[in-house]
Amino acid sequence: MMFNLKTDRSQYPQPGPDGKLEIDLETGKYLKLWQGPNHPGITGNMSVELTVCGDEVVAGKTHVGYLHRGFEKLMERRSFIQVFPIVCRVCVPEPDFNEYCYAAAVEELAGIKVPELANWMRTLILEMGRFNSYMMFLGGISGALGLGVVGQWMTYVRDLMLDRFEELTGARIYHMFILPGGVRGHLPDGFAGRMEEVLRTAEKYLADVEKVMFRNAVYKRRTKGIGVIDPKLFEPYGVTGPNARAGGVAKDLRKDAPYLVYNELDFEVQTGKDSDIHTRVDVRYRDIHQSIALIRQILQKMPKDGPVMAKIPNVLHWQIPRGETYIKGESSRGEYGYYLVTDGSGYPRRINVRGPSYTHAMALLEHLIPGTNISDVAQLMVSLHTYPPEIER
Amino acid sequence: MMKDLIAKLKKHYKLTEPDYRRADLTFVTAQKDELRSLLIALRDIEGFTHLVLLTAVDWLEEGLFQLTYMLNNRAANRTLALRVMIPRANAVGDTIHDLWPTAETYQRELREMFGIDFPGSPRVNDEFILEGWTDMPPYRRDFDSLAYSLQTYRERPGRVTHDPREHMKKALYPDQKPEAAK
Repeated sequence: MMFNLKTDRSQYPQPGPDGKLEIDLETGKYLKLWQGPNHPGITGNMSVELTVCGDEVVAGKTHVGYLHRGFEKLMERRSFIQVFPIVCRVCVPEPDFNEYCYAAAVEELAGIKVPELANWMRTLILEMGRFNSYMMFLGGISGALGLGVVGQWMTYVRDLMLDRFEELTGARIYHMFILPGGVRGHLPDGFAGRMEEVLRTAEKYLADVEKVMFRNAVYKRRTKGIGVIDPKLFEPYGVTGPNARAGGVAKDLRKDAPYLVYNELDFEVQTGKDSDIHTRVDVRYRDIHQSIALIRQILQKMPKDGPVMAKIPNVLHWQIPRGETYIKGESSRGEYGYYLVTDGSGYPRRINVRGPSYTHAMALLEHLIPGTNISDVAQLMVSLHTYPPEIER
Repeated sequence: MMKDLIAKLKKHYKLTEPDYRRADLTFVTAQKDELRSLLIALRDIEGFTHLVLLTAVDWLEEGLFQLTYMLNNRAANRTLALRVMIPRANAVGDTIHDLWPTAETYQRELREMFGIDFPGSPRVNDEFILEGWTDMPPYRRDFDSLAYSLQTYRERPGRVTHDPREHMKKALYPDQKPEAAK
């Protein structure tokens, strides 16, 4: 701790008989402060209701619902193919995971076997999506600390990757490329070469990020030793992905439960040990480099030709027998999964989206916030890398 | 491995015939009154420490809600989903927020979206996603979202809407007559 000044704690709320802090707003000692829903230090459309005493936060509550569209209910009214353009809307920065999980769940229950090349294409798309999601994360964490230039660089690099997405899928944000049965098309001619150019540019910019962010004294002081998640909390709070890896637990579904073609790829799980904001960002920074390496590896190893789409039934009369399944994968934020229940009709009975933010931004964040400084809430929240639509599908 | 585990559990608990969906994913129905003890046994003895999700499925025709508790054992790479059937008429579940604190959020959502109560769960009656909602819990099957939106929102003049099914039929199978498209 840099400023270890002994504060007079008598002003702060004391625990009541049940162990909870007794906060009486009438005393005038406390202040309610809303961070969000429109605030530079918030991830997406959500808000945190902070109760502060001096500059210390004594309680925090997460509020969501600002972009609830009832996705899961909407899907129940649509046939299996009509659900497909909806699923990607659940997550803007990394929509491909929704497409993959939904497609794989439908394929499993309908007994469709996906061609090998389609699995390679899906892995490529997912890694490109992971790269993009991390670009937004790096921009977000630097923005939360007032380091705006990194956000601008990362937006530029993300845009270059969006160009590759556009070339491959025809769309920049919602690609709708992975659909039940396979993927919509082959790689365009010369795609690997153009992708290599993007990856080289990205590496150049990431080297600059290393200089201006990771070697920045202010950045270090504001992230090291702050927002520590005790590894003991990982299981009770359902912490997955880079948030758990930063605490030394090598949770990565790409290794733990390999899906698609991950068992044919060569990579290592990136971990850290301090479990603070700095380590979480560092783990993700190394994961970006790994994603770049994986994209190169996939483009090199993937079969050059073959079918990318299996035969699927007439989509207007497609009925799937009663059953249920759960498909999961390692998104940039942690375990992402789709729980699909079918009842023999032409419509899904229930689809439940398991997003990592559901646990990270609600129970975990509310547990971590008390005791932090007001100015640390923004980077603490961004460091958990949460996207609110996953909470309020 | 899952077969051994189910056989072991069946000695102590009433479980139905499991559905071995994949080598790493099994679904099985448990009794509501045994759920808590079963979850503790799975978490503390069998290594299923990760609560993947907790959600509900509405079987309106059968008058039942299915609560799905999905647990994962990372070391063994196995996922076990426990189904618990509760009557729709008296939809009350047992809270497990003390076993997994994160279950509190799931239970709040189920209370709001399905109207399933979890007595004792912290802030279970607080609004989670909806604000000022007075209608039936919207994720129940008998809540008609189309009728609700027709009733609540006005149609914008000059807007053309196609029946999605008919529209797709024309776009995807233009040469086929409706009967032949089977």
